[in-house]
Amino acid sequence: MFAVLPLVYLVVRAGDKGAAFAWAYLRRDSTVELVVRSLALTVTVTVACLVLGVGLAFVTTRVALPGRAVWMTLAALPLAIPSYVSAYAWISALPSLAGFGGAALVLTACTYPYVYLPVAAALSRTDPALEEMARSLGRTPWQTFRSVTLRQLRPAAASGALLVALYVLSDFGAVSLMRFDAFTRVIYTSYRASFDRTPAAVLSLVLVVITVAITMGEVRSRGKAQQWRTGAGAARVPVPLVLGRRTTLAAIGGCLAAALLSLGVPLASLAYWIGRGSSLDLDWSRLAGAGVTTVLVSAAGAVVCVLLAIPVGVLAARHRSPAVRMIEQATFAGHALPGIVVALALIFFATRYARPLYLEMPLVIAAYVVLFLPAAVGAVRASVALSSPRVEEIARGLGRSPYGVLGAVTLPLAAPGVAAGAALVMLTCMKELPATLLLHPTGSETLAIRLWSLTRVGSYADAAPYAAALVLLAALPTVWLGQALRQRLDSTETVP
Amino acid sequence: MSVRRGLLAFVATLLAALATLSACSEPEADLVIYSGRSEELVAPLIEDMEAELDIAVDVRYGDSAELAAQLLEEGDATEADLFFSQDAGALSALAQAGLLSDLDQNVLDVVADRYQDPQGRWVATSARARVVTYDPTQAPEATEFDSVDDLLQEKYRGEIGFAPTNASFQSFVTALRVTRGDDAARQWLEDFSALEPAAYENNIAVLEAVNGGDVSLGLINHYYWYQMQQELGAEAMNAKIHYLDSEDAGALVNVAGVGVLRSSEAADLAADAVDFLLSEQAQQYFADETAEYPVREGVESTTYDLVPLEKIDSAPIDLNDLGSLEETLALLDEVGLT
Repeated sequence: MFAVLPLVYLVVRAGDKGAAFAWAYLRRDSTVELVVRSLALTVTVTVACLVLGVGLAFVTTRVALPGRAVWMTLAALPLAIPSYVSAYAWISALPSLAGFGGAALVLTACTYPYVYLPVAAALSRTDPALEEMARSLGRTPWQTFRSVTLRQLRPAAASGALLVALYVLSDFGAVSLMRFDAFTRVIYTSYRASFDRTPAAVLSLVLVVITVAITMGEVRSRGKAQQWRTGAGAARVPVPLVLGRRTTLAAIGGCLAAALLSLGVPLASLAYWIGRGSSLDLDWSRLAGAGVTTVLVSAAGAVVCVLLAIPVGVLAARHRSPAVRMIEQATFAGHALPGIVVALALIFFATRYARPLYLEMPLVIAAYVVLFLPAAVGAVRASVALSSPRVEEIARGLGRSPYGVLGAVTLPLAAPGVAAGAALVMLTCMKELPATLLLHPTGSETLAIRLWSLTRVGSYADAAPYAAALVLLAALPTVWLGQALRQRLDSTETVP
Repeated sequence: MSVRRGLLAFVATLLAALATLSACSEPEADLVIYSGRSEELVAPLIEDMEAELDIAVDVRYGDSAELAAQLLEEGDATEADLFFSQDAGALSALAQAGLLSDLDQNVLDVVADRYQDPQGRWVATSARARVVTYDPTQAPEATEFDSVDDLLQEKYRGEIGFAPTNASFQSFVTALRVTRGDDAARQWLEDFSALEPAAYENNIAVLEAVNGGDVSLGLINHYYWYQMQQELGAEAMNAKIHYLDSEDAGALVNVAGVGVLRSSEAADLAADAVDFLLSEQAQQYFADETAEYPVREGVESTTYDLVPLEKIDSAPIDLNDLGSLEETLALLDEVGLT
């Protein structure tokens, strides 16, 4: 329901001036160019993220690399860095980056973990038996990788790529700092220019159509493939690949370059600004207050998202009826909407039909649900899809009720993936800005809000501690994500 | 199953924490202000206001355009009594939507006609001027400039800094269109663009670039220079500023202002608050703290040596003509300056 609310709002607003106006606006050359430009950025970043994410995932989970644990954590950490912080770091160091190249670089550096995390999780969980069989039947390692490993990774990689694509389409901070006219930036400026909501609503609807098309493409690419283990019993942990010295160096070089681009530059810039400012002036209690609010609201957002995502995700993984598909895609539509559109839709709704909730925390959480439910659904679906429905059928056969099966078999098996999804959602909630800004209760503030209001007046030095706190807080769930991954690889005991 | 029980306990704790959080963050305020001006700037002034009027004020900070969007969407259901905007555009949008009520004539009388809505629905609280900042070692001749046309010289190729996304730059372009007509404005922008000017994120970055000698000229608002000079000390400040001829769009004077929401249930308090923002005390604050121009006559900055507003404010541009931002953005898009 929540996910569809912004759509209804958009249709109401886009129709304000009649269908003829909307149609004329759509057919303008600049609208067409805008679609092409945004799609070019989306495709570039998604492809780059797939290559980087799958490559890093394979190297860190399957290769006997020195310091593997460290690389794993580092590869996930860029998630902790908001794209607007990263974009600011880059553009203040290299002003000439502005434009397509800069936007693509920053967005790739910030979003490849969306591919890395699910793929690495899937790699560490897939049964090596299939690959060993392929090898024993005469396939070369490269052929095995292509025909067996990659195929097993497809659901995880595709759901990660979908998140990346949707993130790129809805990102506002990075593209506007890079002065690249993508959808969100044009929607924002067209709105600001005339205070007329009709063109903005028309453009937003175009964005929704693109999102739904991409989502359907992803569903199709998932296809009818089934990814289960070879048989019953425990899966073994894959044996790490030992590479020659040159390839090992190349692998380490790749990991290092990714870490430098996505972590090194933003952190160096933060350190520079903290060094420039006088930390004596810092109001610690205010910083702590903003930190506590941030954690509470994002954790609540994550929990609500995951609770709502479980039914949708399980259905999506197990039953592919048209109705289920529609529910799943409806949740995705909200995700591509710019935060400001979702926020305005909720304002429209709450001031008319839910006045007591207006400008209260539950409304902020509702916005998070609209924006980030797809991330949670993707995580639930991908992790449920990896366990065989045969196990559930056996449990049913042994007399469990359908809900009993869900609680006793499906969810425990999917638990690591679901927990990872919750951590992911919590991270994105922490970094979310436009909706939080418009909907937060007057008088309360989060780290992102404070960061924004300080950078707006150019107080970069004063803003740096808030940026650092945000990155640190966001790093905790990220590090945990990396460690959960590593423990699974390190443990020699078999997982039930 | 313990996982599920743990999760439930976690959810329960969270909800309880949120309930307490929202319960204690609500001391009922007498007056709610939506402020498009930043907290860093306005918060001390609001504290003074609370003391002076003996009321509790809640402020919601945001971007002027976003808050205007919010107010338009909230309509009569808004909790806001007062809108304090960074620019006149957002205020006129609200006025046109019928969301602002008429201000008292004795409040309006304090401020010159050109710094208020002709129908008296909003009034300016401070003003800012566009200036040319220059590096005196690279471009000492900037003091001779009369008009933005003087920037259009081959020797300044790649040497002019500007902030294309900044609202003040866009207002300048609107002023150019209003004073010279669209065709002449397009010609100026094309010539300007041909010189490959350096685009920066905001006015501060432009000024830093000029001060550091990266570029020799820059287009900014006057108060950024005064604030930076204050921060660095006069000896450490390299960049200087020059006011163009007052007839030129490059010397545009723009305003920040305030309006009372029609739906306000505390209209009297809101009117008192507007009164306070135009009082000598508040006007002195703007002049002394932000280096903006006070709009109340007779108030002068005691910390900044500002060029008197009377000397520059004769530019023949009506602020109410600056509403055509859409056409300006289309033009900027057309010539590729975004």
